[in-house]
Amino acid sequence: MEAKLHGNVHKYGKNVDTDVIIPGKYCNIIDPAELGKHALEGLDPEYTAKMKAGDIIVADTNFGCGSSREVAPIAIKGSGTSAVIAKSFARIFYRNALNIGLPIFESPEAVDGIENGDEIELEPATGVIRNLTKGTQYKAAEFPPFMQQLVAAGGLVPYVERRLAEAK
Amino acid sequence: MGSTLTEKILARHAGLERVEPGQIINANVDLVLANELSAAVAIGVMRGMKGASKVFDKDKIALVEDHFVPAKDAQSAKLAKLMKDFAIEQNITHFFDVGRGGIEHVVLPQAGLVAPGEVIVGGDSHTCTYGSLGAFATGMGSTDIAAAFVLGEVWLKVPATIKIVYSGTLGRMVYAKDLMLRTVGELGIDGATYRAIEYHGSTIDDMPITGRFTMANMAIEAGAKNGIFHADAKAIAWVKERTDRPFVVEHADADANYERTIAIDVDGLEPQVACPHTPDNVHGISDVTRDDVMVDQVFIGSCTNGYIDDLRIVAKILDGKKIASNLRVIVNPGSQEVWMQAATEGVLTTLAAAGCVVNTPGCGACFGGHMGTLGDGERAISTTNRNYVGRMGSPKSEVYLASPATCAASALTGKITDPRVLELAGV
Repeated sequence: MEAKLHGNVHKYGKNVDTDVIIPGKYCNIIDPAELGKHALEGLDPEYTAKMKAGDIIVADTNFGCGSSREVAPIAIKGSGTSAVIAKSFARIFYRNALNIGLPIFESPEAVDGIENGDEIELEPATGVIRNLTKGTQYKAAEFPPFMQQLVAAGGLVPYVERRLAEAK
Repeated sequence: MGSTLTEKILARHAGLERVEPGQIINANVDLVLANELSAAVAIGVMRGMKGASKVFDKDKIALVEDHFVPAKDAQSAKLAKLMKDFAIEQNITHFFDVGRGGIEHVVLPQAGLVAPGEVIVGGDSHTCTYGSLGAFATGMGSTDIAAAFVLGEVWLKVPATIKIVYSGTLGRMVYAKDLMLRTVGELGIDGATYRAIEYHGSTIDDMPITGRFTMANMAIEAGAKNGIFHADAKAIAWVKERTDRPFVVEHADADANYERTIAIDVDGLEPQVACPHTPDNVHGISDVTRDDVMVDQVFIGSCTNGYIDDLRIVAKILDGKKIASNLRVIVNPGSQEVWMQAATEGVLTTLAAAGCVVNTPGCGACFGGHMGTLGDGERAISTTNRNYVGRMGSPKSEVYLASPATCAASALTGKITDPRVLELAGV
């Protein structure tokens, strides 16, 4: 994972569900770049046109609620979005984002202190969120220890590979 | 302090004496489910895992072609074939192709693949449906499913449990769907996030198994990890008709630790409707029918309400009548078994004679995939489970969620209609 992420903010409300992140009709696509072209299409059809690589999505509570489609975080990552900051995440989306390597940050204070268009910098390793536009700083909630280990191991896939190797 | 039903099942599958909410465990799984969309991604992940050439147990994986079936286009056909080829390569016992299955969550219980006390994970958020039979069941994404395919276990954070106690008797034309919509409305769409819902009370004791399917199915609509019923004699008999596999029926301890308990009295509960654009925007039907809410499409089906009991209710209301001229009614029996039973009973003929189209079992219409997609400015009333913006098609369409009876009544009038009023009017 990169040491620092940097971009401008696109801010949305609460309950951004997976149907608007990647509408059902695109769920037969598996190529990340192709999915990325439709990221957030149901919520903000202009998103992919106006965002630049590295930009960051900021949202209120319950981001990613609804279906278990892993193509939702894949589409966000595929669009070039570098991270999502939210007050809270829906359960399945949270797991999926970690599993596919989309950096996510949970911080109600940061969400309240960031406006649409702000320039921010993120440190995934420490959870530090810097609002460069406003000169403020926040710290995201830490991942539970087990998840930190999973992330440190490179995600779920290397974890499974290690388990398989140990079993032999 | 005792354990909840979910804690009991998870402890046994993790080889532990007991587990606590918040604890991270590795649990053995009894069944791993995927459909052609979640499987396509999971198979890709598995192919990239070093040392992962075989699934952990070819008898404990279920693969169901159901989302874009029969294939909507060449891309959908490619995913369907990808899963079928994988099923053949891995010699998967429970592979359900078009015409032999239907909607995964309707199919698996009917095929005897769900039993009380089991742990089931699936690459679909409505996997929680199997809690209806006393199993711990939860939806996951494709990478987690790939890991479960090869390890036969998953890591889980043990959820705290919310106990809901239902009392009273459901009135005429009021069903499990109304009760669950009311429940989601009360909890809110993130009211049970990371939690288990444990259903209790005399109302659900009296409920048919299909009603429990409906209620467990929509636990995810409150954000829950799982929704679970105790397997009573009715549930155990239902399962035993479909499998000889031994299973362990677990019970919550009398002194189990619930995060909170909610009491819902259903006496006097009227039919409920979830209005656009969230499943927790729930109102009593008399609120909704205060103005005429005209509809363009009525949809009957899905893993929520695609069961034989649901189709019978609709057929009874539509029998000998014609649907309103300004709309279309699309019916998807939930599985091949439901389709055949409805055909045998004459239900499908009744529906077709009333002007409904009866489609093949599948998920397409519910998630805006195909076979019933809404256009700009269209409005539907549907027996499905979600009504987010664009869920059934255009972001400029609207979806109202209701019971099969409310949907059938609305089909006759062309606007959202209280089935009790229709009955009183002798229509």
